Amino acid sequence: MTRMVVRRLLIGVFVMWGAASVIFVIVRAAPGDPAAVFLGPDATKEQIARLTATLGLDKPLFEQYLRYLGDVLRLDFGESYRLGRPAMEAVFERLPATVDLTLTATAVAVVAGLALGLVAGSRPGGAVDRVVSAATIALQSFPTFWVGIMLVLVFALGLRLLPSAGVGTPAHLVLPAVTLAFPFTAIVARLTRSSVTESMREPYVQTARSKGLSERQVLLGHALRNSLIPVVTIVGLQMGALMGGAVIVENVFAWPGLGSLVVDAVANRDYAVVQAVTLLIAGIVMVLNIVADVLYIRLDPRIRTEARS
Amino acid sequence: MSQAAVLPQQVATRRWRRGALARVPYVVIALYALVALIGPLVIDYDPVRTPLTDRLLAPGSQLASGGVAWLGTDALGRDILAQVVYGARTSLTIGLATVLVACLVGVTIGVVAGYARGWLDAVLARITDVLQAFPAILLAIVIAGVFARSVPVVVLSLSVTAWISFARVTRGVALSLRERAWVDAARVMGVPVRSIIVRHVLPFTVGPVVALATLEFALVVLAEAGLSFLGIGLPTGAVSWGQTIANGQQYLETAWWISTLPGIALSLLIINMGILGDQLTARYGQRRTRS
Repeated sequence: MTRMVVRRLLIGVFVMWGAASVIFVIVRAAPGDPAAVFLGPDATKEQIARLTATLGLDKPLFEQYLRYLGDVLRLDFGESYRLGRPAMEAVFERLPATVDLTLTATAVAVVAGLALGLVAGSRPGGAVDRVVSAATIALQSFPTFWVGIMLVLVFALGLRLLPSAGVGTPAHLVLPAVTLAFPFTAIVARLTRSSVTESMREPYVQTARSKGLSERQVLLGHALRNSLIPVVTIVGLQMGALMGGAVIVENVFAWPGLGSLVVDAVANRDYAVVQAVTLLIAGIVMVLNIVADVLYIRLDPRIRTEARS
Repeated sequence: MSQAAVLPQQVATRRWRRGALARVPYVVIALYALVALIGPLVIDYDPVRTPLTDRLLAPGSQLASGGVAWLGTDALGRDILAQVVYGARTSLTIGLATVLVACLVGVTIGVVAGYARGWLDAVLARITDVLQAFPAILLAIVIAGVFARSVPVVVLSLSVTAWISFARVTRGVALSLRERAWVDAARVMGVPVRSIIVRHVLPFTVGPVVALATLEFALVVLAEAGLSFLGIGLPTGAVSWGQTIANGQQYLETAWWISTLPGIALSLLIINMGILGDQLTARYGQRRTRS
């Protein structure tokens, strides 16, 4: 168990080094002089030359790379030329909004997905099952930004129930979170359905039935419980996709998180912020993946004993 | 489920019905391809021409020029139907190009790594680990955003992660094939590695690769729509569904059709691609790898 965690952490460190290098390559390959971008169109040649020297951009590329890695280790991505302050500061300020959004969306997706998967999986092949499986295909296929706009059309403009954009009250969180939850609800529902149908064929379910438990007790107490383990894993594995979805959804609803920050930074070539956000997201996704792996082992007694021996 | 009491012709009808239903995705996708191919020849559209007298007309309205805007017009008086048709061309072109690039790169790397194993395979595993540290769409946003706007850059930005699933699937196929008798036989007879891969391994990857390509196509089209919704990547003047949907967002209250209709066109394509991909995956084995 400990060995497995250590191994995963070592791979994680390697992956973060690789991710930092990928971003270094992209930013250096991008057209345009970073110093000139930083200073704006009115800068003189001398100013640009001075900043180029301060930023170390006149040094050999390999030296710049080493220096960059050192900065990454210290979480120092430099000043954002647009925000006029350290990029990391701006990023940490935006982080809570993204955490709120993704956590709420995860909760919505897990609850709705479990419910859908349970009703579909309790009678495989039935009418409900067919409706749910058609619905999951649709949920997964709709582009999230369009879903968001449609929800605004119906619930904000049509029924006037919820605000259409911005932050402030918990009501502001509803539409963005539901939008982001759409595809993940489908994934959780599909998985729950297949593992519930599978467990319903297991001998222990037969035992539960024969000792006189109601169908409801069998489903909730026995079939569902066992289906929760793969759901934990898939939620962990989908964290990357969830963060990616959040980037788009935040832009639909003007949600002040990392997603709207990074798109704005990319559009304005604010490389300090681009680097800070992408590496922070990569780090979060990596840590959550490891947590999901560990949880999976902790939760499943079969694998737990296997890992111990 | 017992079918003993069912008459043969009933079985036949049922089978026919199921067969006909299974063909729906082919028909729909063919229709999109047809629209993308010849639509732009039939319908004229110029994003720069903005007849402001025709602005925000509801679907089915009469245009000042005498024509009918079947799907309405946008805030600059441009026809939505034409944008949907031209957008289909953009989406399908980028989808096809990206899947082609991703497929070529992914299959080559996957087959070689799976057949050779050893350090090559290990390097492949680490590269995919690193690329998957980022959400695919985030990497696409950064790459398409920092380089000059153009279609090839968009294709590149989407291919950077799309090749991974192709490599993973073909690696699996190659890994299982290299132990098979006919591959052993070829090796013993001294057939060069390259010929073994091309003649005895590659043909077996076709089924799973086609199934995967369908699913990847759907994901790539969705991602491209996301990029152009954010206003990243495509050159100004290109028409795309994501962009039309974004343009309609601020007129949602007065002109619902601008954002709604291109989104329906996009969703229908993705749904049918997804169903077709699932069908093909079920037929050609290999687990679905959709993440």
